[in-house]
Amino acid sequence: MSAVLDNHGHDSHDHAHDHPHGLRRWLFATNHKDIGTLYLWFSFVMLLSGGILALTLRAELFQPGIQIVQPEFFNQLTTMHGLIMVFGAVMPAFVGFANWQIPLMIGASDMAFARMNNFSFWLLPPAALLLVGSFFVPGGATAAGWTLYAPLSVQMGPGMDLAIFAVHIMGASSIMGSINIITTILNMRAPGMTLMKMPMFVWTWLITAYLLIAVMPVLAGAITMLLTDRHFGTSFFNAAGGGDPVMYQHIFWFFGHPEVYIMILPAFGIVSEIIPAFSRKRLFGYSSMVYATASIAILSFIVWAHHMFTTGMPVTGQLFFMYATMLIAVPTGVKIFNWVATMWKGAMTFETPMLFAIGFIFVFTMGGLTGIILSVAPLDIQLHDTYYVVAHFHYVLVAGSLFALFAGTYYWLPKWTGHYYDEGLGKFHFWASLITFNVTFFPMHFLGLAGMPRRYIDYPTQFTDFNALATVGAFGFGLSQLIFLYVVLKCIRGGEKAPDKVWEGAEGLEWTVPSPAPFHTFEQPPTFK
Amino acid sequence: MICGRSDGYARAADDKKWMLNNEYGDGMRTMGQLFDRAASVRDKLGLASCAISAALIAPSLWAADMPGGPKVNQLDLPKGVTKIAADQHWMNWFLMAVCLVIFIAVFAVMFYSVWAHRKSKGHKPADFHESTAVEIAWTVVPFLIVVGIGIPATKMVVEQKDTSGADLTVKITGYQWKWGYDYVKGEGEGIGFLSTLSTPESQITGKDPKGLTYLMEVDNPLVVPVGKKVRVVLTANDVIHSWTVPAFGVKQDAIPGFVRDTWFKAEKEGVYRGACVELCGKNHAFMPVVVEVKSAEEYSKWVDARKKEMAAKADDPNKEWQLAELQSRGEKVYGANCAACHQAGGTGAGQFPALIKAASVVGPSADQIKILLNGKGAGMPAWKQLSDVEIAAVITYTRNAWGNKADEGLVQPKAIAEARK
Repeated sequence: MSAVLDNHGHDSHDHAHDHPHGLRRWLFATNHKDIGTLYLWFSFVMLLSGGILALTLRAELFQPGIQIVQPEFFNQLTTMHGLIMVFGAVMPAFVGFANWQIPLMIGASDMAFARMNNFSFWLLPPAALLLVGSFFVPGGATAAGWTLYAPLSVQMGPGMDLAIFAVHIMGASSIMGSINIITTILNMRAPGMTLMKMPMFVWTWLITAYLLIAVMPVLAGAITMLLTDRHFGTSFFNAAGGGDPVMYQHIFWFFGHPEVYIMILPAFGIVSEIIPAFSRKRLFGYSSMVYATASIAILSFIVWAHHMFTTGMPVTGQLFFMYATMLIAVPTGVKIFNWVATMWKGAMTFETPMLFAIGFIFVFTMGGLTGIILSVAPLDIQLHDTYYVVAHFHYVLVAGSLFALFAGTYYWLPKWTGHYYDEGLGKFHFWASLITFNVTFFPMHFLGLAGMPRRYIDYPTQFTDFNALATVGAFGFGLSQLIFLYVVLKCIRGGEKAPDKVWEGAEGLEWTVPSPAPFHTFEQPPTFK
Repeated sequence: MICGRSDGYARAADDKKWMLNNEYGDGMRTMGQLFDRAASVRDKLGLASCAISAALIAPSLWAADMPGGPKVNQLDLPKGVTKIAADQHWMNWFLMAVCLVIFIAVFAVMFYSVWAHRKSKGHKPADFHESTAVEIAWTVVPFLIVVGIGIPATKMVVEQKDTSGADLTVKITGYQWKWGYDYVKGEGEGIGFLSTLSTPESQITGKDPKGLTYLMEVDNPLVVPVGKKVRVVLTANDVIHSWTVPAFGVKQDAIPGFVRDTWFKAEKEGVYRGACVELCGKNHAFMPVVVEVKSAEEYSKWVDARKKEMAAKADDPNKEWQLAELQSRGEKVYGANCAACHQAGGTGAGQFPALIKAASVVGPSADQIKILLNGKGAGMPAWKQLSDVEIAAVITYTRNAWGNKADEGLVQPKAIAEARK
């Protein structure tokens, strides 16, 4: 993959466009780079907010007994931690990467719908305010768990309604973002870039965007039914009125399982960019990577009820969902093998993005393997709703999605800011995160096997040591992220000048534009061979 | 011994009741020895490290393994006392072995590559980037592994779901926040009771030291005979709960308005402990499950005693009750059912309204009876599962407590029976 950029007359175009400064630049932003920056900062703020909630509940769980928070508030913390991390931190962060990188990687001048792009972002802060503000209404925030299972969610106070509206708004934002991404990718690629020549990150986002459009309306439907059950006398989920509480779970997880892949497929894409760059070798099995991603996406629609093995499904239901879930291991395995084969016989160097990418493969695989164990329905009966599940999904969501987000940030940060970041601090951030992450979440496997249920404010004394250890790890992990903040701020303020092609082995159109990437790029489509 | 840990151990060891009941697996007993050794190492390290280890590790050194519950720092699924739990235990280790082999194979290759194929060693990048044969191989092999896992798993699913031919059927109802047990078929038919957490609040708030079975002890455990197939049918009264006993390998959601079933056959007498594992509101962590498995004779004795007790307790439906009698009975009913939300002082909390001078409490009694029988809004569940006497008692109690002075201060059980029609 190589590319030649036609850079003639590049600068002379800039002044032809309105280029507002100060608040107007961000409020009325239509430039994909500015909007990408907004998304990334927004998600980082949400990451810290969700992290503070997590640390509060971990502090409570440091010792058995009730010391710091009351049970009602504890349930609010677990619920809001989940909602904020999923809808506020991880999803918007990937959209931020899409905004910054997709036009740069396919040689487009901007996203297809610039003003809708602005609206997609600016829907998020009000939604975040609704979520955070719900802590301060009578009864506090919703405490029904991030899955908002009926009928518990029907019992909640007005905080629940705020959460429903917030999720509605964030869903609308996601759908608009997805439409924008799909249109951009399908219509605005540089001449010569066929679909099967697109960078893997662009492929994974194309598939993710379709997933989002397919399932966000399903979530909206589920929570709208909750809303009408709560206020308008309907009985969708109330057995006394002819409804079914389990139907909520079916609808929710029909959204919820593809959602899991929405949060991991773009991570796969980022890692698939970084591993070849620092191995100085082309991605192994490009087409099988594309097919594997598509297979994972398709399978994700037929596995939802593996979240519900204990609701009391018939034998055939359990078997079907068990088999379908196990099958996902195959394409996921293909991806892992391809990454390892890409590294094989390369000429590797280990800058921070590469460290995070290898860390991703290593720790994500552990989460994948516990996923296989959980997919076995008769065993899931023991592990369902225990800390084993908590460990599993933090291995794939934190060590998976979040590590990939860090990897991508370090990888493209010199392109965004024009400076290299502090490599020593970056590596420190990686090792601190990797170690504290495992100290936090590895003991949770044991807690789960021993039977400690999730979402418990208090536990028998026999569980004390592992809980104390997890809490110590969690505070370490939280503090490690301040290193990341410092590295990014330092990089924005200055540092070693980065050339156009920031990394020796990196390939792709984004490395043909100057660093930092100018406000407008690719006003003339580049030639792609 | 420093750090003051020895007395706690001694206390646990002195408690003969627990030691007698400790028949639940023994694979992890070595953990205790391990910690003894760890402690002696710490002793040698001296007082400075003692302060740190006291903060981090000491609490569990006061406790011993919980009989029928989790062991100290348990690392594994319980071996359990049913075939299902034993199968799950085996399946977990089988899968761990498979995963470990895959893990080692993949990462041996990756880390060898990381070590050998680095630029700093002067390794030049190769040029290959696909191989159909290899790619087909690593698609087919994982598929075969998955099939290999699927076959034993399928057998287990079929076995777990077979609830036919039960010797005893118990209906379990989840309430916020307790369990109801009703023996519906088999020896003991007709017995019914509620089972609530018996850990005193002073232990939870840390005023008193926490006991060995902290948070996993109840007033009335479910009692079943050993070696008999027990079918449990589950439902719930308010929100979804989930009933589990890890030693039996059983977990089943209890869903309001629906009935689901599962089964277990305990092969060893003893006390086994579990929990509610579906988030069900503020006291989710405080509604444990305790099951006592007794020999056939002991079980029959228990059934007889329980039936006599129930007969003695049964209330004469036509009895005219005195105010004081109903009040004192009502106070107990209130404490067991209402205080969790409306608070012991009737002050309410958050979304749950106060009962002091509340219109429904001091107004016409018919309204209050209706609310208790049918529930109100999203927060107040129906309490029709309580007996006429209990409902009459709790209504009478609230109408005379906390300075309330209702016109209809005394409500007789007959009025409840009337209202139910």
